[in-house]
Amino acid sequence: MQYAVLIYESEQDFADRPSLMPAYAAYSQALAEAGHMAGGEALQSTHTATTVRLRHGERQVQDGPFPDSKEQLGGFFLIDVPDLDAALTWAARCPAAERCAVEVRPVLAREAP
Amino acid sequence: MEGRRAAELAARQSFGKLVAWLTARCGDVAAAEDALGDAFLSALKQWPEQGVPRAPEAWLLVAARRRLIDRARRDQTLERLLPELGAAIPGMDPETPQNAMEFPDERLRLLFLCSHPAIDPGIQAPLMLQTVLGLNASRIAAAFLVAPATMGQRLVRAKAKIRQARIPFVLPGPEALPARSAAVLQAIYAAYSTGWDTAAEAAQVEVLTQEAVLLARLCAALLPQEPEARGLLALLLHCQARHGARRAADGSYVPLLEQDPGLWDAALIAEAEAELTQASLAGRPGRFQLEAAIQSVHAHRAVSGTVDWPALLRLYDALLALAPSAGARVSRVAVLAELAGPEGALAELDGLATADPALGDHQPWWALRAHLLQRSGQAGEALQAYRRAIALAKDPAVRAFLRHVAQGQDAAAGPVPGRSAG
Repeated sequence: MQYAVLIYESEQDFADRPSLMPAYAAYSQALAEAGHMAGGEALQSTHTATTVRLRHGERQVQDGPFPDSKEQLGGFFLIDVPDLDAALTWAARCPAAERCAVEVRPVLAREAP
Repeated sequence: MEGRRAAELAARQSFGKLVAWLTARCGDVAAAEDALGDAFLSALKQWPEQGVPRAPEAWLLVAARRRLIDRARRDQTLERLLPELGAAIPGMDPETPQNAMEFPDERLRLLFLCSHPAIDPGIQAPLMLQTVLGLNASRIAAAFLVAPATMGQRLVRAKAKIRQARIPFVLPGPEALPARSAAVLQAIYAAYSTGWDTAAEAAQVEVLTQEAVLLARLCAALLPQEPEARGLLALLLHCQARHGARRAADGSYVPLLEQDPGLWDAALIAEAEAELTQASLAGRPGRFQLEAAIQSVHAHRAVSGTVDWPALLRLYDALLALAPSAGARVSRVAVLAELAGPEGALAELDGLATADPALGDHQPWWALRAHLLQRSGQAGEALQAYRRAIALAKDPAVRAFLRHVAQGQDAAAGPVPGRSAG
């Protein structure tokens, strides 16, 4: 089963990224070696974010992330593990768990073709 | 009618075991309950006509399993379960003699599933009552003072999360077991105190407290290596033992120290004491064992005629060191007042409120303050405090009791109404 491990970061964490890179590299490597890595990317800072809504057919474009709060989605890992307990164990090892928070979401299974 | 009674009896006794067994195989507690519900309906139809099978549980299990298999064939998300569901079950022949029908009791895993940290803590106790004991949502809703539709919806949502996030149906590993066991016990305790605290109909309160005791018994049996499980059972049994003494004939509230020990249930007290002794052999004290020990000191009044206040103070100190709570802090001051008089206790009580302003809304804090002010001759201030306590009391009988004491008709009325002292 696939889970998205969503990484939430504070503004400070976004700024401190160079110093956090080794921890994330080690985490990715551990996931890959355990055979659980299914994908993932880091995102650029929330200053680069643009939020789009379509209302009554009209496009509303707004500067900034959704929702605009202190902590923001900074990236995600896609992991493939047997169940939620395994996913939570891996989520707890993610560097963001200690610094801010990590959200775990099961990936919606696609219908078989 | 025999068939109908047999079906109802099997439902009552076997529900949790059957749901647990089916959930272990399909990982979906809602699907397990649905399949079992269908099997019970078939039983209600067939047993009165065709006779009761020799092993009713096996019959229900086979019928429910068939439903699940039918569903798995139609539903792609369940399809992967077919091999497991289809595998032969040894001894699972409904016509075998009852005693040959043994299947593993997986209710402990079900309890752990219901109290998984990924499930909203507020719904854990209702979920246990429904899946392990088979209580229906509307009865649970009444006990928790929630609209039936709301409770139904929250239960459905919790079960959907179990399936969709794939919360595993497993016993926690040794590193997680203590914390997870604590969560199971906490949810059972929450069910019991909800039954106790709410102003729900007396009959519903009784249902909930009795069901919680059933869960505690089950837990103590399934977790023999966990002294806190026995501690919780001992605590609930002590509270249950006082059931008949807590209300006077006219329904009015009787505080613990004024209860007639002759009205306490001696058999339940003996059972509580035996559980607590067993628990203490492990040499690992915990919050529930200490709370049970506190109730045990009170229960001893039935034998000695007096209350061992120094022992209570030691137990409250130990409890606060291990599991500090507002209720325990206030109860400790009530004990202190018995040992050192109301003035020192009042100072201590005010100190508590300075440290924790939330006590300003804590009914037992105000009731104790009123009582101590009254005892130290400050009638005017006592009345003010009684008014606050009355306004904060949820139980109408406790409100009436406080009103009665406040009117000074019974200036000697001592003890503080509050759960820890009840």
